Amino acid sequence: MAEGSSGIDRLKSKVGVEWEPKVCQIEREMIRRFARAVGDPNPLWQDEEYATASHYGGIIAPPTFILAIGLEQFVEDIMSLTSFGTVLIGGTELECYQPIRVGDVITASFKISNLREREGKMGRMAFMTFDSSYKNQRQELVAKCRQMVIGY
Amino acid sequence: MTEQLYYEDVVVGSEITPLVKQPTTRQLVMWAGAVGDYNPIHYDKDFAQSRGLSGVIVHGQLVGAFLGQLITDWIGELGVLRKLSCSYKGMNYPGEAVTCRGGVTKKYVQDGQHYVECNLWAENSKEEKTVLGVAIVMLPWRADYDK
Repeated sequence: MAEGSSGIDRLKSKVGVEWEPKVCQIEREMIRRFARAVGDPNPLWQDEEYATASHYGGIIAPPTFILAIGLEQFVEDIMSLTSFGTVLIGGTELECYQPIRVGDVITASFKISNLREREGKMGRMAFMTFDSSYKNQRQELVAKCRQMVIGY
Repeated sequence: MTEQLYYEDVVVGSEITPLVKQPTTRQLVMWAGAVGDYNPIHYDKDFAQSRGLSGVIVHGQLVGAFLGQLITDWIGELGVLRKLSCSYKGMNYPGEAVTCRGGVTKKYVQDGQHYVECNLWAENSKEEKTVLGVAIVMLPWRADYDK
């Protein structure tokens, strides 16, 4: 791959810059679809009657559901700025402050907080840190996430 | 639902009841749709091989979500998963069992909250650790509920 053609240089100018936030209204079906994909039968995520009678008073999303919010578009943006053939996630750190509920409107803010470059067997590789934070409609912080990502 | 776990009942060094998952290619497609991760290394064998892999692989984040389930099953309804860190070290392949395991490393009280820290990992069918994790949970204190 020719020097500069991977678009890594274009990404470097974006390090530390907040992307335009992604806004997502949480529907019960999204949570159900997520729980079914994990194969997690916990009734707090899917059983309206059970969840309503619980300590939470209604359906909540499992903590890892945060991965379903906004990351898709962010990764697409990164891919469109570069000529990466693949973006691999090497690690995830999730901090949860309160549960996400059906009807919440979650605003997800993403940025690349770090980028290092290395020549690998598949050409130029970018080792990136993505940081994201998630607020609800009351501007309360519900979660933070950091992902270690390799693009090549 | 499993029985509620209380802070008083947790013993440092004890093991969390393992969770065995059997991911299939169908499950990888369901996960791809649920989170919007359409990287073809998880559904297109030829593409996966062109990127240096032996075949399609299980999304690391899906295995991370399995570890999340291991914890939420264990801590019960009143427990809260506060932090979950996962690092994807190796490959899991669809059609092979993923065994999620964990052990308690620490328990402490901070600002009136009762915390437990655990080491987590996922094993493939060769008993290789493919995902390593750490979780911090907040647990209810039985004395608060027995009043």
